[in-house]
Amino acid sequence: MHPFLGLIRHDLRLAARQGGDIGLVLGFFVLAVVLFPFGIGPEPELLRRAAAGIVWVAALLAAVLSLDRLFAADYADGGLDLIALSVMPLEMAVLAKGAAHWLTTGLPLVVVSPLLGLLVNLDSAALPSLVLGLLLGTPAMSLIGAIAAALSLGARRPGVLLTLLVLPLYLPPLIFGTLAVEASLSAEGARAHLLLLAALTVAAVPLAPLAAAAALRQALD
Amino acid sequence: MLSTLANPARFMRFSGAALPWLGGASLVFLAVGLAWALVLAPPDYQQGESVRIMFIHVPAAWMALSVYLFVAIGSGVALIWRHPLAEIAAQAAAPVGAAFTFVCLVTGSLWGRPMWGTWWVWDARLTSVLVLFFLYLGYIALVNAFDDTSRGARAGSLLALVGIVNLPIIKFSVDWWNTLHQPASVLRLGGPTIDVSMLVPLLVMALGFGLLFGWLFLVRMRTALNERRLRALRIYGETSEPAATGVRPALR
Repeated sequence: MHPFLGLIRHDLRLAARQGGDIGLVLGFFVLAVVLFPFGIGPEPELLRRAAAGIVWVAALLAAVLSLDRLFAADYADGGLDLIALSVMPLEMAVLAKGAAHWLTTGLPLVVVSPLLGLLVNLDSAALPSLVLGLLLGTPAMSLIGAIAAALSLGARRPGVLLTLLVLPLYLPPLIFGTLAVEASLSAEGARAHLLLLAALTVAAVPLAPLAAAAALRQALD
Repeated sequence: MLSTLANPARFMRFSGAALPWLGGASLVFLAVGLAWALVLAPPDYQQGESVRIMFIHVPAAWMALSVYLFVAIGSGVALIWRHPLAEIAAQAAAPVGAAFTFVCLVTGSLWGRPMWGTWWVWDARLTSVLVLFFLYLGYIALVNAFDDTSRGARAGSLLALVGIVNLPIIKFSVDWWNTLHQPASVLRLGGPTIDVSMLVPLLVMALGFGLLFGWLFLVRMRTALNERRLRALRIYGETSEPAATGVRPALR
């Protein structure tokens, strides 16, 4: 098997056997969304206006929550050194790690998002653009997150640091994602925003692994 | 360590000579600029006296952006050529830039209170400056997050480069986000053109801010270099105390 696929399979298998991670991320996502109506009040009209933002912000925070595990375990037990020594370029390894991270966090978030959208009274006409937006935006978030996760390896308080590093970089997907949902309800249509989201992901696929691999190299020095 | 001191030593000589000139010039320009801006310049026909905040706000905003660019360039040089001074330069500049960004945010908020009737508006420009402030904080936090300082320096350099690539994307997305929510016409400063009686003090202030940055930057760099030299001396003294008498480099 190609080492790229092997690494993805290895990470997926670990996630499946250890359990926990996917459940934790999804649980956080659901709880964060459920908290909002308590905070801003139960009026359906208010919730409808805020629904897209609530779901996107909750998904973004849930994604951040899982980032520190992207490389930390392999860094701690030395597996990362072996990955760096393997025949596969480190950039490809980062891409594989990012893909596995997306499959275990981003994709589950996408799958449950319509349910949560209904919970906060999102227009059912806007559901496709919410799901499609998350589907296009979360891979970019996983890959950008990989840069921050690699940079903060071995830091003193990686959790707080990681959040500070990654949140400004997550603004563009958040903005385009919520705008896509809003635009899908108007005559304008969500197409432009969804294309921009796709552009972010397409740009992140080659660029983010370069930066993350450079960060990993200097973490392993 | 001692071999890399060769270049820093030359830098220390040069910066030591330039320091009083830079400091004096920045104080003169700031004093003249402030007097001009706060007393002599005419009040705006629409904004009245509160336009005077602009003379602090706009140069601070210019500095906030250019210092981030400076940090990114320094980081790039440090990563590509492994020049030790470039890393120290980027780290010395970042907190000064963060302070300019903070001044820009605070003065913007103070100006917004009488002008817009609120302390904070999610205006596209204000929001981008806020994001820039967070980028600065992230860089400073990352540089200081490691026990091994060289690790922190290299991680920070990478982050500064990632930040400078992302900055235009963030700026674009924030503009895009805001223009769909509210028109930007309300938030323009006075009008598209600025009168000469205001432009000249503004430029004087901008020059003063630039010189102030140069001064603070050199002070911080000299401090960082002296710190390194102290650390080197301490290690040097511990490992080879008896043989080293006489060849020990003196602290200036």
